Amino acid sequence: MSVEILSRIQFALTVSFHFLYPPMTIGLGMMLVIMEGLYLKTKNPLFHQLAHFWTKIFGLIFAIGVATGIVMEFEFGTNWAAYSRFVGDIFGSALAAEGIFAFFLESGFLALLLFGWDKVGPKTHFFATCMVCLGSHFSAIWILIANSWMQTPAGFHLERITGSTHVRLPEGYIVKASDLGHVRAVVDNFWGMIFNPSSMNRISHVVLGAWLVGAFLVMSICAWYLLKGRFTTFAKTSMTVAACFAAFTTVLQSISADATARGVVKNQPIKLASMEGVYETHDYTPMTLFGYVDTKKQVVHGPQIPALLSFLCFHNFKQPVQGLLSMPSDEFLAARNPGLSSEKLAEIRPSYWPMVQAVFQTYHIMICVGSAVFGLSFLALTLLWRGWLFRTDNPLIRFLLWIYVFAVIAPQVCMQAGWFTAEMGRQPWIVYNMLKTSDGLSRAVQANQVVFSIILFSLIYTLLFITFLYLLNSKIQHGPDDDVDHHTKAIGVSSDTSDIAGDLFSRKGRASNQK
Amino acid sequence: MHQLQHIPLLNSIWFVLVGILLTGYAILDGFDFGVGILHLFVKKDEDRRILLNSIGPVWDGNEVWLVTGGGALFAAFPGAYATVFSGFYNAFMLLLVALIFRAVSIEFRSKEPSFAWRQSWDIAFSSASFLAALLIGVTMGNITRGIHLDSQGDYVGSFIDLLNPYSLLLGVTVVALFAMHGSIFLVLKTEGELQSTIKGWVPRLIAIFLVLFLCFNAATFFECPDLVTTMIKRPYGFAVLALDIAAAISIGLMVKRGYEFGAFLMSSLTMVLLMAVLGISYFPNIVMSMPDPANSLTITNCSSSHKTLGYMFIIACIGVPIVLAYTVSIYWIFRGKTRLGHVGY
Repeated sequence: MSVEILSRIQFALTVSFHFLYPPMTIGLGMMLVIMEGLYLKTKNPLFHQLAHFWTKIFGLIFAIGVATGIVMEFEFGTNWAAYSRFVGDIFGSALAAEGIFAFFLESGFLALLLFGWDKVGPKTHFFATCMVCLGSHFSAIWILIANSWMQTPAGFHLERITGSTHVRLPEGYIVKASDLGHVRAVVDNFWGMIFNPSSMNRISHVVLGAWLVGAFLVMSICAWYLLKGRFTTFAKTSMTVAACFAAFTTVLQSISADATARGVVKNQPIKLASMEGVYETHDYTPMTLFGYVDTKKQVVHGPQIPALLSFLCFHNFKQPVQGLLSMPSDEFLAARNPGLSSEKLAEIRPSYWPMVQAVFQTYHIMICVGSAVFGLSFLALTLLWRGWLFRTDNPLIRFLLWIYVFAVIAPQVCMQAGWFTAEMGRQPWIVYNMLKTSDGLSRAVQANQVVFSIILFSLIYTLLFITFLYLLNSKIQHGPDDDVDHHTKAIGVSSDTSDIAGDLFSRKGRASNQK
Repeated sequence: MHQLQHIPLLNSIWFVLVGILLTGYAILDGFDFGVGILHLFVKKDEDRRILLNSIGPVWDGNEVWLVTGGGALFAAFPGAYATVFSGFYNAFMLLLVALIFRAVSIEFRSKEPSFAWRQSWDIAFSSASFLAALLIGVTMGNITRGIHLDSQGDYVGSFIDLLNPYSLLLGVTVVALFAMHGSIFLVLKTEGELQSTIKGWVPRLIAIFLVLFLCFNAATFFECPDLVTTMIKRPYGFAVLALDIAAAISIGLMVKRGYEFGAFLMSSLTMVLLMAVLGISYFPNIVMSMPDPANSLTITNCSSSHKTLGYMFIIACIGVPIVLAYTVSIYWIFRGKTRLGHVGY
């Protein structure tokens, strides 16, 4: 295999594995802030216990996130040296800012979060929790700014370097293979680079996804406790917080998803057409719910809803979604391949498309599983509202709780599938419409070196993942430190199931606490 | 010869800032690695737990100095970042493996009581710390000595070329330096019997380091004639070198008198001055090319644009004081002897 394919496999492997953990820390971090905030507000020791237990889970996840995250910081240089030279002026500054503003904040205050329970007062501890949570959000923000710049570059110009002279290249300059090492992107406008056309949409979409990952992690563990009849007061309270948070987040996420998709329509129409497998351009473009792309015949098989895609893209049933067969335009192709006839251009057009089947499938996985996440969040909230969610003697509720136990995977699947859609949909470009992925590689690295590192990382990550699951399981089995049920009975906190939501959001909790 | 007066100020500032970040990393993660290297020499489980808990709250914050140093190098001198990381591919992959194992063994070790479980993670923790220290030293050795670059600034040697005697000597010296640094840190964080055991190691570790350190300085004279030529043009560099050797010797004297905190500061100062000597004799290069110095990467030919260096400087001016403020506060909160409690490893 070529160095390009191997390096892409390696990047996909290491980033996918890493990307399992940060969403959990972002989401769980939000849960911790809420729980500890509730403790400070209500002084109910139950919330202290909640925060204490979830902090331990957080610590385990965080450690693996850090360990696998360093790999990512190195990998741009090790495997993508030509890319690093081309974009360093812009991309490098986002990464450095991430280090200064996010990583120091997270890791510094993590010490207090994990080890500071006895060293500092509850308010300082809460402050530390907020800072860790803020740090993990900053990290997501900076890395998504960097990645969004690769999707929709803005606020820059290209320049050619010959010796010590730097010549500004005109807008729309086409980078040729012979330019590599002499031409680079240089920042013009810092804020234009930060607020590039896709960054805000993508930041909110990913952060909200991460919140759902955290909420579903908490719900899953709590559902399991409820089914086993262990730590029930603890589980009910955690689950109440998580279910409310999940429902709140799904509302925001549906708004954000719509904005993100319409951003893709505008900025990366080829990606959008691949996501839906649209080849021909027709009015009233239908949307495929799920299915299969016949890439030879260039048609999609599967149930379709007429005109829905047009409506979602343009809020207008008639306006056609542009199909792949007319993208990129002849003009775009001719500029990059001078001297070719228009038949020849049509022939090479597919080499400017991503792998349509893969992008279509990952996108539809995200949509289908995402809809399930949406449904489950509201189902949980409704059941909570009606006071049915904790009736573990009812077989239907037990069945539902089992679904919540396994539903922890659902938002993770969405995150991964969505990320694959975004990244594979960007191909063949590493910087959209500017630098090809195949031109971004390290010249100094040979295929055998990449194979060696892929094998190395596969082994280590497998070992890590097994150990992680084993330790997570033993922490869950062990449960919160003292049995909350005894604890709460001793101080007389209401453990009446129907009253928990009321307890959380009114002053009743404090009142019953003081009985 | 480079004309120093034509180097823009911002490029020089970033040369110093990247140097500060990497020095900060060496000082801070240096004692973590030192504790790791010494870990297996402590036998009792309880004592090993004290060792882990002494670095427990701070090691991952310390590691961020490397991440940020790498990020700053990427932002300020992308050409150097690309060359070094792709050129040292195998070495950096091993370093990553070592850092991953170091991180997870600290986290995983305490989760099961069985001897086999804990011993395995102890070995992983200790060998990962040793390997990381060695690789950092070998990398620095190669940078100091110069590596074979082509006209596009890409490394054209092999992995075996990186394992030359001079770089290996610096690798071993860095292992000894971190072990010494870590042992002094442990004297500060421990008490009782464990402390007196470690106190017994300190003079020997200092002696080993001093011998290696002097050998390394002597070897540099023969191995890096370009650096010596530059130093002769900048004679104040010799004063810094003399101070460095004095600082290294004073570590032993301070320990003898019982000023452990002073000794810790001196061993940190040794690292600062060592990096300063390297910086003085290396400026304005970032990656020297050998045998063809014309291909060297300098702070002007591989830097980012003036605008980016300026933006990044503003970001550093806002970010770094805040980072330093809370880092110092957190070290202050966790000051004093490490005791085992219900939170921790």
